[in-house]
Order: sequence, then C-alpha cells, then structure tokens
Amino acid sequence: MSATTSNVFSITATLLQIVLVALLGPLLIGFMAKTKARAEGRVGAPIVQPLRDIRKLLSKQRLHARHASVILPLAPMVILASTTVAIAISPLVATHPLLGSSADVLVIVYLLLTGSVAAALAGLDAGTAFGGMGASRAMTIGALAEPALLVAVIAMSIQSGTSNLPGIVATTMTHPNWVSGPSRLLALVALVIVVIAETGRLPVDNPATHLELTMIHEAMILEYAGPELAVITLGASMRLGLLFSLIANLFFPWGIATDGSYAALSLGVVALVAKTAIVALGIALIEVRSAKLRLFRLPELLAGGFVLSVLAVIAGLVTR
Amino acid sequence: MRLRGSLQLRHVDAGSCNGCELEITSALAPNYDAGQFGARLVASPRHADGLIVTGVVTHNMEGPLRQTLAALPLPMVIIACGDCAVNGGIFKGAQGVAAILDDIVTPDVTISGCPPNPADIVHALRRLSGR
Amino acid sequence: MALLLIGFGLCGLAALSSSLPQRVRVVVASSLGALGCAFAFSAAMGVLVHGGTQSFHSARILPTIGLSLSLDPLGSLFVLASSFVGFAACIYCIGYVRGELRSRTAMSLMMVFILTLLAVPVASSVVSFMFFWELMALSSMLLILTDQRHSGDARSAALWYGVMTQLGAAAILFGLLLLTLHGGGQTFDDLRTHASSLHGAVRSFAFVISLLGFASKAGAVPLHVWLPKAHPEAPSPVSALMSSSMVAMGVYGIIRVGGQLLHGGVVWWWVVVALFGVVSALYGALHATTSTDVKRLLAYSTIDILGLVLVGVGASGALYDTGHPDVAKLALMSALLLVLAHAGFKGALFLSAGSIERSTGTRDLDQLGGLVHRMPVTATVFLISAGSIMAVPTLSGFSSEWLLLQGLLHGFTVTSTSTLIIMLLGVVSLALTGGLTAVAFVKAFGIGFLGQPRSVGADQAHDVTVTMKIAMGLLTVPSIVIGVLPGLVIPLVSRAAGVALSSDLSPVTKGTSLILSQFRGVIKPSLLLIGLLAVMLALWLGSRLLTERRARVVDAWACGRDLQTPRMQYTATSFAEPLQRVFADVLQPQSDLEVTHVAESQYYEQSLTYENQVRDVIEQRGYRPFIDVTLRAGGLARRIQNGSVHRYLAFGFVALLVILVVIA
Repeated sequence: MSATTSNVFSITATLLQIVLVALLGPLLIGFMAKTKARAEGRVGAPIVQPLRDIRKLLSKQRLHARHASVILPLAPMVILASTTVAIAISPLVATHPLLGSSADVLVIVYLLLTGSVAAALAGLDAGTAFGGMGASRAMTIGALAEPALLVAVIAMSIQSGTSNLPGIVATTMTHPNWVSGPSRLLALVALVIVVIAETGRLPVDNPATHLELTMIHEAMILEYAGPELAVITLGASMRLGLLFSLIANLFFPWGIATDGSYAALSLGVVALVAKTAIVALGIALIEVRSAKLRLFRLPELLAGGFVLSVLAVIAGLVTR
Repeated sequence: MRLRGSLQLRHVDAGSCNGCELEITSALAPNYDAGQFGARLVASPRHADGLIVTGVVTHNMEGPLRQTLAALPLPMVIIACGDCAVNGGIFKGAQGVAAILDDIVTPDVTISGCPPNPADIVHALRRLSGR
Repeated sequence: MALLLIGFGLCGLAALSSSLPQRVRVVVASSLGALGCAFAFSAAMGVLVHGGTQSFHSARILPTIGLSLSLDPLGSLFVLASSFVGFAACIYCIGYVRGELRSRTAMSLMMVFILTLLAVPVASSVVSFMFFWELMALSSMLLILTDQRHSGDARSAALWYGVMTQLGAAAILFGLLLLTLHGGGQTFDDLRTHASSLHGAVRSFAFVISLLGFASKAGAVPLHVWLPKAHPEAPSPVSALMSSSMVAMGVYGIIRVGGQLLHGGVVWWWVVVALFGVVSALYGALHATTSTDVKRLLAYSTIDILGLVLVGVGASGALYDTGHPDVAKLALMSALLLVLAHAGFKGALFLSAGSIERSTGTRDLDQLGGLVHRMPVTATVFLISAGSIMAVPTLSGFSSEWLLLQGLLHGFTVTSTSTLIIMLLGVVSLALTGGLTAVAFVKAFGIGFLGQPRSVGADQAHDVTVTMKIAMGLLTVPSIVIGVLPGLVIPLVSRAAGVALSSDLSPVTKGTSLILSQFRGVIKPSLLLIGLLAVMLALWLGSRLLTERRARVVDAWACGRDLQTPRMQYTATSFAEPLQRVFADVLQPQSDLEVTHVAESQYYEQSLTYENQVRDVIEQRGYRPFIDVTLRAGGLARRIQNGSVHRYLAFGFVALLVILVVIA
C-alpha cells in the first residue's frame, strides 16, 4: 500500500473515530439510562435522548456569570479539545489512526486529567459555594482515581513491553492467553472502578440527582447554559465513550482493523459499537444494584481499586 | 419554541401544600413515566427550558422566584401547575400570599386541578416537547 | 571557561556595586547580575552543545590550596538552570525592591548568592566545593533575615535553616574528606582516579554521610524540615532561586559524588536514594494539598518534585549497577530534565507568589480571590506554570514525567528484586503524587485567582510593574519550550547524563519529538499542541458562526438566595478538607474546639472557637522532642557555669590533674 493511500486511510480512520465516539458517547449514556429504566419497570427515555438534549441546547442563549473570568467560556473548549485529541490518537476502530505512531497511553491518561482540571477550575470560577464544592469533590476523587488508572495502564504496558497504544493492542492480539491471565483481570477490575469514578456513575456519583449536596460533576457545571452546556455535555459523553472503548479494546481487541482495508474498517466500527454496548450494559447493571456511596466512603472504594492495580503490576511481574 | 423531544424543567415551589408536587412526582414515576417523552427535571435553572411553578407566590418565595426567572436562558416556557399557580386556588387573598403567578410572569401553559391529574401533567409536557 | 569567569566577575562587581547610592543601587546591581548570569548561561550552553571539559586553576585565590574550577556537561546543566533563574530574578529585583531588599547588605548578599549558585556546580576540588557551598548557605541564611522586622517567623526560619544546613555541610565535608584518605590530592579528578583504592566500607560510609547532607539540601524527607519554614520567609526572588536552583545542588552533589567520583557504587546506595525520593514525593505532595499559605504550598511541592528527581536518580544508579546502562541513562536523563523543568516553573511560581504578596499584602489563600481580573499577567504565568507542574500534556512537566515513567517502565525488565521494588515504588509514588499535585494547584489557582475577592487586600490588588512581569514571563518560556519541543533540550541532557554514566544510548530526536531509539516509545507534543489548538479554534469559530448572540451577563446562580457574599465561596481549607480527612493518619491534623458557656446555664453556649491546624508531623514528633532533650541537657550543663570563679579554677585544676595522670 503506498504512502498516500495509507495516509488517506489513517485520516479517514481518525475522522471516523472522532465522529463515531461523538455519537456513541451520548448513545451509550442513553442506552444505560434505558437499561436502568427497564430494570425499574419504566419505559424510560429513548436511547437518542441525550443527542436531542445536546441539539436543543445549541439554540439557547449564552449566559456569563458576572464575577467569572475567561476561564468559564474556555473550560468547555479545553475539555472537548483534550477529549477529541485523545480519541484521535487512540486505536479504537483501526490500529493506526493519524498520530498512531505517537499514541502513548500515558498521553491519554494525562489528557483526561487536563479535562478534569479544566472542569474544576470552571467550577471555582463561578464564585459560588456549589462550584467550589463540586470542584473539591471532583478533584479529591480524581486524586484517588487517577493513580489507579495510571498504575493499571502501566501494568498492561509492562506486560506488552511498551506504553505505545497500538503496540499494546497488537501484542495482546498475538498473546490471547494474556486476556485471561491474573494481571489483565486485576487491571480490568481496577479500570472498571476508575471508569465508574471518572464518568460519574453510581455508586460514585448519581448522574440523575437534583440535590446539590449530593452532586459531584453536576455541581461544577451548574453555571453553564446553552451552547457552552452542550459542549460540556458532549465532552463528558465523549470521555465516557473513550473510556468504555479503551476498556473494550485493551482487554478484548479482536475486531479492530489491523490492515488498511475499508472492509476491515467497517468491521471495526461494528465491533466497537458491540463491545462498548456490552461494557455499558455491564456498568448499567452495576448501577441498578448500587446505591450512591457516602462521600467519605468513596476513598475506600478508590483505594481498593488502587491496590488492585498495584496487584496487577505485581502479578504481571510474577507470572512473567 | 420548538423543543423537538427534549424538555428540561426546573421546578419551583412558590408556596404550595405539596399536593401538586406529589402529582408531579407521580407523573415522572414508572406508572405515568413522562420521561419517555423526553421530559425531565433539572437542578439548575441555567440548564432548564422553563419553570414548572406550583403554589401561590408567598412573601418569602417572591424574591427567589424572581431570581430563578432571571437565571433562565431564553427562550423559556412557564408552566403553572395546579389551581394555586393558575388563579390562586383556595389560598387566593390569604395572609402570607404576596401574589399569584400571573402577576409576576404570564404562564405559557396552565394545568388546572387541585391537585391536577398526573395524566393531565403528562399531556401538557407532551404538548410542549412535541413527542 | 573565560565566559564563565567573566560572568563570575560581573556578579562580584554587582555585589560591590550595592554600595552605590540607593537610587541607582538596585538598577546597577541587578543589571550587572543579570549580565553575569547571561555570560554564565552562554558558557554552560557552549559546553553542553559542543561537549568537552574546561578547567581553571588558580593557586593565588584561596592561598596554599588553590581554587579549582572545571566546567563539564553535568555541572553545566545545573549552571544553565541557575543562570536562567538568576537572570530572571535579577530583572524581577528591579521592580520588587521597595521593601525588603532595599538595603546594601541584602542586594550584595543576593549577588553573592547568585554567584555561589553558579560556582558550586563548577567547583572541582574538595576545598573549592566546600567554600562555595558554605558561602551559598551563609548568604541565603542572611537573606532570609532581611524581613525579620515585619515577620517574627523569619528569625525562627533562619535558625532552623542555619543549623540544619551547617549539619548537612559538616556531613558533606566529612564524607568528602573520607574520600581523600587515599593520600593523593584533593581535586575531584584525584578522588575519581583513586576511589577504587579505598576500602569498600569506607566508600559506602562516605557516600551515605554525604548523601545525608545533600539530601537535606534537596529537601528529602525526613531531613526537609527547614524547607517549608525558610522558603516562604525569604524575599521572593531569593525564594525562587532557593527553590529552583539551590535544592538542585543537593541532587548535583549526589550524582557527582555517587555517580562520577565513586563510579556508580553499589546497588543498595541507590535503593536508599530512591527510598528518600519516594517518601519525599508522597509527603511533600500531601502537605502541599493541605497548605493554605501560597509559598508554603510551593515549598512542599518542591519537596514533592525533588522526591521524583531522587527516584529517577536512584533508579538510574540501581539499573547501572545491575548491568543495564541504557535504561539507567534514560532514567538519569529524565531526572535531569525534570530538574530543568522544575527550575523553570518553580521559579515562575515563586515570582508570581511574590507579586501576589506585594499587591495584596497577604500570602494566605483563604484571603485571596478574584485576582484573575486584577492581575491578569500574574494569573497567566501562574496558570501556565501550574499546568506544567500538574503534567498537562504539551508543557514541560509532562515531557519530563513521561520520560521518567518510560525509564521506570523499561526498568521492569531487570531480574534483581531490589531494583524491581524501586521501580514499583517509583511508579506508585509518581501516580499518587500526580493526583495530589493536581489538587494542590487547582486549589492554589482556583481559590487564589478565581471567584470573588475574599478580603479587602485582594479586592484592591493591581498588577505588578513591567520588570516583574517580564521576569515572570521569561520563566514561563522553559515550560513551553521543554514541553512542546523537548527534542531541542534532550541532546543537552543526554550529554550531561553521559558524564555520570557511560552509555551510548540517547533518544533519537527529530527536532521536536521524543522518540526512544532502543525501546518502543514515542510522543510528539508539538503535534498534540497543534491538534488541541485546531479543535479549540474550530469550536470557537463554530460558536461565532452558529450562535451569534453575545452572552448575557447575569449574577451567579446561588439557589435564589438574596444575599450572596464572597465569604460564601469555598476557601482553600474547605477545598482540601476531604483529602485531609482521607489522609488524617499521615497528616495528623490537630483540632481544638473551645466552648464558652453562658454564665447562667451550662446548657447554652455563648461562643465556640474551632481551630484546625496541619503541622509538619515529622517536625512535631521527630525534631521537637530531640530539641527539647537537647535544650534540657543544655540547661543542666548551664548549672556548671554558675559564675563562681572558684569553681572555674577548680575545673581547670581537675582537668590538669587528669591530663597529667593520663600522660603518665
């Protein structure tokens, strides 16, 4: 395959990934809400509801809080930009998106951290007690969840011998016995706990709560309206889509397009949608069965996740 | 205002007996499930397309109601739920009542009843959301 | 070498020029000092780019022993960092000097301090090294005292600092003297060639003793107690220099003595170094999250980052001694890159903290707020530097931490258990401190700059003078350059690391990105930055085109409450309170609740006073009992000196008798 066609393929794959996750994120959220509704005996909102909400928000008025600064309009853009770039470099439908050769899993982790920091600063910029509360709680959870994420990711990198994402995916596909090994399984459990914390799902945070005292993520965005709220909501949904896709592809990469053919690319899209739907179903069932944990019980949960990821590293070293 | 299937409302209790609140909760509960038509309650008026107001406007709640109205982004819709919000109901003219909703802002949709039937509430929400 | 000597001469001239009349004193001294730093910078850059070693020896300065200077790539790296921060600090002084640094002594001491920071990495004999080391300690201690009239803490801080740095210097001197036992000369070259002739136990003991001294200077826990006291009390340009360059001298000493002079030593030495690093990183990060004084927060964060540097140095030494020179060089390069990055962003942060203190009159985060409108330049500098320290991609902190993680990651291929444990602890500490540092700096920027002002001082703040702005802006340049174009700096760092370790590895760089040649690992921060900016530009254009309305300005939504005061915002204490609870066992906060009852009844309270303090637990539990015992022993000893001449004569007589008996 010549260089130009492979470049065209890479660009196509990258753009396809971004658009796919932009749609998939809200759809996954809608799918989880529908699952929870059915489990509660309701009909529930349609799966496309989050997309309708974002579309409606774009046509509303923009508001700016009096004492806020340029950080307030800037934060949603930073969140969406960091998430988009992270999606662009991850191997989600194909193993070589545009910047794939420099796609390091640590870059993804720190890009997600950047998004969290931007959201927390936006909460503090509003100058209200709610924003500060949301920022404080979100950063506390992040301080305990990011280490677990980093160490779990390093456990996988140690096993694959590289922290380059396409490298991890490729080595996992050539060593299928790793997937059922203790290191990957422990890392999987740790990652699920981290993803629940990072995306604000039960039992860490109730996405449907109306009570400010129980909010974590909602409290930081209380001040946003209209298009900025649409951007933040889309950014948060894309974060969820990215995290679910990474869980799917790092632990079960089969289905991803490895050669440069468009047929494999279409298969990759279908495989990604199917795998993330399974992940979403699993997490929705966890949500149905959990109540929200008290804020000061959360460190126990997250510390448990951290210990599991450290055990994943040790297991990887022992079974080498 | 075309909402196209997405209606987010901020509920304000401007001084009600909580009877209408029970019916609103019932409208969103599994039995009537207004959520399937795209309607839901949100915590911040900034996130909302409109207010759903119950109760007469008491002295203490007049200020907060005005502040909430000022916090909504345009375009917005005001729903008066229950007889108290529509025309004062049985508390009209009582001591402690500063005004009725119509004196502060004209509601776009009214739902009568004391308390209104959840089916009527769902019907009104469906008319607004278009689903 | 000539350039460097000219630089020294200019700094010396700057120190002398502070005897000029007050109006011209500051500008002349600062300009000369800045010029001296510029010369030193170019000298260091020359050695790093072209390689080689330049020496200078003069027997006339420091008579009978002579002054030996030698500029090699390892020292040049540290001279590079010191001169850059020194340049910015001198420019900052021009605007800053209206209060503390006005006096002649303070200005000249500042120039002497900068001179020593440039000279310590260049000294190449035991005597020259100790001379400049002690001069550095002395000048910085006196500089802490410049503000003692306004702050009572300054005296106590200077005392703690003085005692601990002298003990450290004594330890270093002892260690270096042990190395001269071979009988040859006392230059570093002599020490290196004759090191193998010394007994292994002597070498180990010398390393451990000097490690204690160097680690104390680098702020390694538990020898760090002076740092959170001294750095906040010094004037801001001095704090910036202390925190970015002086602590790096501790790291320089460890690499020089253990790595180069002792040829890498034994594995367990480096395990100890890495353990120091792990404990410092975690402890420093934790205390940074709970500090409400801006400068104290920055001081603890210095302990945190230097802990990570020590982890890198320790990992590198251990890997080298277990036979993996390639990964060892990678780890050492990452540690040195982190030192450079830290010099840049910590210097900028301290200068911004100084600007805040000058404008608002307070360092307490609980009293600040709303400064982003009133001090936009300071806010931007603080935001960029805070982003760098939190390892936001495309800034320098991320590039260095990524490289360090790569070093640790590829170090997992070794089979030695102790090295594996260091790698594991290193990864764990890096992960944990990343999260905690993010909390600390979101708190510092968010509470300090955003929201509404919490006090009159913050409300009436205005931005600082032009020279201070220029100096702060200058120090954000390394954060951006090392972040976006790390490939430019890597060859310099590689050459510096090559002095301590002999290895041919160097990451392949294509001008901007970091590509590890022997291991699979690539990042391209410049492309990431382009991607991020492109998306943000697209969003901004989209918002301009699709939503044409201007934003309507409204009051913040406070749940409909009529009265919303700035006091209702979150403060720094409340922001960190959940973490304080989580880590209460380590932090051991002391709370005190005092209840005053109404006179008539026990059941009604008149007033409640609640106090919560997080003090440095190592200082409280470790040092204070020791100090109390020492003071009590001193009190007992004082009873011997009761002023009676007869008793003193009796002592002398008894001592004479004992000596005669012993001789006989």
